[in-house]
Amino acid sequence: MHADPIGVQTGAHFIDGDHSCAEGAIAAGCRFVAGYPITPSTEVVERMAERFPFVGGIFIQMEDEIASSIAIQGAAWGGKKTMTVTSGPGFSLMMEHIGFAAMTETPCVFVDVQRAGPSTGLPTMPAQGDMMQARWGSHGDYSIIALSPNSPQECFDLTIHAFNLSERYRVPVMMMMDECVGHMIERVVIPEAEKIEIVERKMYEGPKENFQPFDAGRDMVPMMVKAGDGYRIHVTGLTHDERGYPNMTVNTQGRLIQRLMDKIRLNADDIVMYKEEDVKDADVVVVSYGITSRTAIPAIEQAKAKGLKVGHLRLVVVWPFPEKRIKELARHVKSLVVPELNMGQIVYEVERCAAGQCNVVSVPHAGGTVHQPKDILAAIEKSLRGK
Amino acid sequence: MPEELYDVESNVPANPIEDLLRMDRIPHIWCPGCGIGTTVNCFVRALQTSGLDLDKVSVVSGIGCTGRVAGYMRLDSFHTTHGRAIPFATGLKLANPELKVIVYSGDGDLTAIGGNHFIHAARRNMDITVILINNMIYGMTGGQVAPTTPVGATASTTPHGNFEETFNLPFLAESCGAVYVARWTAHHVRHLTKSIKEAVAKKGFSFVEILAPCPTLFSRRNKLGDGLDQMEYYRDSSEIKNGADTKSVALDFQGKIIVGKFVDKVRPTYIEAMNNHYKAKYGDRYVPSDEMRKLNHA
Repeated sequence: MHADPIGVQTGAHFIDGDHSCAEGAIAAGCRFVAGYPITPSTEVVERMAERFPFVGGIFIQMEDEIASSIAIQGAAWGGKKTMTVTSGPGFSLMMEHIGFAAMTETPCVFVDVQRAGPSTGLPTMPAQGDMMQARWGSHGDYSIIALSPNSPQECFDLTIHAFNLSERYRVPVMMMMDECVGHMIERVVIPEAEKIEIVERKMYEGPKENFQPFDAGRDMVPMMVKAGDGYRIHVTGLTHDERGYPNMTVNTQGRLIQRLMDKIRLNADDIVMYKEEDVKDADVVVVSYGITSRTAIPAIEQAKAKGLKVGHLRLVVVWPFPEKRIKELARHVKSLVVPELNMGQIVYEVERCAAGQCNVVSVPHAGGTVHQPKDILAAIEKSLRGK
Repeated sequence: MPEELYDVESNVPANPIEDLLRMDRIPHIWCPGCGIGTTVNCFVRALQTSGLDLDKVSVVSGIGCTGRVAGYMRLDSFHTTHGRAIPFATGLKLANPELKVIVYSGDGDLTAIGGNHFIHAARRNMDITVILINNMIYGMTGGQVAPTTPVGATASTTPHGNFEETFNLPFLAESCGAVYVARWTAHHVRHLTKSIKEAVAKKGFSFVEILAPCPTLFSRRNKLGDGLDQMEYYRDSSEIKNGADTKSVALDFQGKIIVGKFVDKVRPTYIEAMNNHYKAKYGDRYVPSDEMRKLNHA
């Protein structure tokens, strides 16, 4: 499937990451957005509010983020591709509904333009402090997908990808932006609609008798129907069987949760995305994501100028985590250096995968600005002395 | 009595509302004497005679005893999170305005944790019906105080008696902009059925409050007898006052209950206001959603 041309502003633009994200959503076919103002994400919903009346979309500013994050799920069951947009405190308020989306397998996209926290923190300044929250923030066990763009262009491209993944796997997908990427203005090229690949929801159209809306079969992802199609479905956040009926037994819980985990875990090879540079023969690999991948570049160049063999692995999909690749790298390199705009979050995943096979060095930052390349350079050098 | 009334072999359904119930989920979880089942009966009978295409009716519930209603309805039904049935219903209705979206939930769910959504949906005149079962207590969690627990009543979290003022829900709904407001009790089955039928036929935010006994957790703790005693209280203490000023219908502990249809007015729904606004401002440049175009809303 290709994008509907009505929403696609083909051409080169000079726009920020927030606006680019909005354009990506429209190109992806998103036609319902519910949101609540919060810096630094507000520009995304402002653009949706501006554009939607002319492309057949509906934007509603809800009374809070809790309402926004469940309104999009109502709209998803009404047949729409849907999104909500927020930043730190609002993302915290949305956590329960990330779990609801995971449990009810409701396709939807959550955009979090990260700012420094905790609490109100630094509303207009960057951080990457919500990375673990994106994975684990709702209670209980479930799986999600999270992407991390590092440029306005990627805000466009990855928002489309986020919708495609959400429709394919029926999971909430997080766009983990940050204030820098959200407010950075760069050239963004929007292709012709027919060059934009769109994944449409797999809709069940078979007989109504004995239809089991949560029977996933071997694909692990059940086909969907929407309200009004005549199937008289039941959707609940309670532990449910294949009919969608509440069934609070140990067996049903085990079967359901295992599938919700497996549909991402066993498809991880298809979902994982990263970009590598010079990792072959490297002694040190810098593992980065989002805006930090760009502050890492001058540090890596300076290290190379000093004769060090340094590669770069940038996580494009952060969750599921590229375990296999990090495990492979850990066997071949001396150290992995992990700069991030938080006090150390993804570094725990890197350490887990490295499992002591190489040195792992965190380059923490409490947020408010980006790293100084010299701090990353110092960590690269230190990482080689450490072992 | 004619003999055929006792003929169990006939094709008469054992229960005339079972077409709209998920009979494979019965027995339900509600206690003996609970009023929720009675309200469901009235709801189903209202739907059966409403003329609505029942494939296009969605029931949305939150959490709690009344929150389980959605799960027993043989309709598209959504059992959402605590307090959030109304914003879920808002998204569902906006996505597909062809649907009749009915929120069915309890007093704690809709007016404590969900109170913010309740007032804003009424303000917007969102095109949904809200049926609120008021049993004056949190039943499912074991009888805690609610914003509807009368002063003087006792709950597990007000073991020394409740001293917090309660919401007057019809007044709250009207002052926020609801276009249809009624209150009945589980005793008033015929009035209630008629009222639900009117509410679902109404465009915009319609609201029906139903008092229902919670014998296990409200009546027992307050020494009010069983479900039947509470129904007798409803019968003896209710006064029908259609068109009553909602300011005057506040409830108190075992006091007089004013019931009736209090508000029935017309103002543009959210969807009408949106379409009219964009149409007036942008004419043919405005592109309504596919579903709105199909309905010729714009």
